[in-house]
Amino acid sequence: MAKQMIEVNKLNKYFGDNHVLKDIDFHVAESEVVVLIGASGSGKSTMLRCLNFLEMKNSGEIFIKGNEVNPKKDNVNEVRQKVGMVFQHFNLFPHKTVLGNVMEAPTQVKGLSKSQAKKEGKELLEKVGLAEKANDYPSRLSGGQKQRVAIARALAMKPEIMLFDEPTSALDPELVGEVLQTMKDLAKEGMTMVVVTHEMGFAREVADRVVYMHEGRIVETGAPKDIFENPKEERTQAFLSSIL
Amino acid sequence: MYLQFISFWGGFWEALVNSRELFFEASQLTLALTAVSIFIAIFVGLFFALLKISNIKPLEWVANAYIYIVRGTPLIVQIFVFYYGLTNVWMISGFWSVSLGLAFHNGAYIAEIFRGSIQSIGKGQTEAGRSLGMSQALTMRRIILPQAFRRALPPLGNQFIIGLKDSSLAAFIGVSEIFAVATTQGANTFDYMTWLLVSAVYYLILVFLLTLVVSLIEKKMAVSGDE
Repeated sequence: MAKQMIEVNKLNKYFGDNHVLKDIDFHVAESEVVVLIGASGSGKSTMLRCLNFLEMKNSGEIFIKGNEVNPKKDNVNEVRQKVGMVFQHFNLFPHKTVLGNVMEAPTQVKGLSKSQAKKEGKELLEKVGLAEKANDYPSRLSGGQKQRVAIARALAMKPEIMLFDEPTSALDPELVGEVLQTMKDLAKEGMTMVVVTHEMGFAREVADRVVYMHEGRIVETGAPKDIFENPKEERTQAFLSSIL
Repeated sequence: MYLQFISFWGGFWEALVNSRELFFEASQLTLALTAVSIFIAIFVGLFFALLKISNIKPLEWVANAYIYIVRGTPLIVQIFVFYYGLTNVWMISGFWSVSLGLAFHNGAYIAEIFRGSIQSIGKGQTEAGRSLGMSQALTMRRIILPQAFRRALPPLGNQFIIGLKDSSLAAFIGVSEIFAVATTQGANTFDYMTWLLVSAVYYLILVFLLTLVVSLIEKKMAVSGDE
């Protein structure tokens, strides 16, 4: 069995009185691509954000690469270097150029030299097809380009796990494809990925496993083929028939 | 009436031209007071702004108390307290006690300006920085503050102008800046009106120059648009 990159046991999360994650058990193996689907408010984004501690769990255990992470004791900043994140609204740094965005964390956090960070940054921009935009500011890019820069920025820290929080939901329809393509390339290279998305085509094509969440619980999980063609749970069937 | 008007303006121009060396010197003092006090006030303001957003209650109380006291008492009282208070314990010139008094005063308003501009930067920026492994302090310094500072510039410029004009209160503790020179000249010539107007001309010019500088900085920092 492949090495477990993420393991979550009995995770619970509350926002005030609102119980948003209920006894979540979840794991992701090395190089696995797991897609989280479910209606809005089902807890999938919260769950993803718990994995790099942007949200703090209320109870349960989270293991990253086999080590339990306790955000009160452990250095979350170090854990986060291994876990890249891509946001729905890109969150690029508007006061920095495209290359500046990509170079920021390697130089500031890892202490990489400017020249080295620049070299690596340019390679990454090449990879996401935006080398010629290196010196532009984010405000001059389209949504799809912004999101690809955001992916390059996360990759610059050489993470071993990548989290995607609805990466295409804020994009114009014609720009979705370029971002999904970048993600597919990443999956092919063997990146471990957890993706929250409404793009069922992507889930079907790229995911190793699909997880359906409903009201804070994992209702069903399985290979995309099984989930999409032969869902066992009634709620999964209802959800899929409402969106497909 | 008409003749009076003519003779008044004639006297005004004469005064303006003949006193230029006196007022150039006084303007330098006004500028120095403004520059020193604003420079210190920016750091004071930033410090208390960070206390206010620290989410640590005692630190927030300290910042709130400071802002409450500054906003709740007249500037002239603050300047006199600094002057008499500081000169009692510490050999300090009138210039420095006014500078520190003005810095103490402007710092509170600048703290509120910074707090507002820091809080106006979206939460997503902090999350992006943190998700890359940057510490909270590093995210603040590298990601939030540069953007917040740019947003703070228009209200800061406004505060700088207020600070420049408030430096005229230094006259009351014997610093020979523009207003002090004007009132001295007025007393000597029994012609306050002329000399007050002369001082107003100098303040207008200085404020104009300060506005120009602030708008140049704004332009320079606006190379990158907001996302």
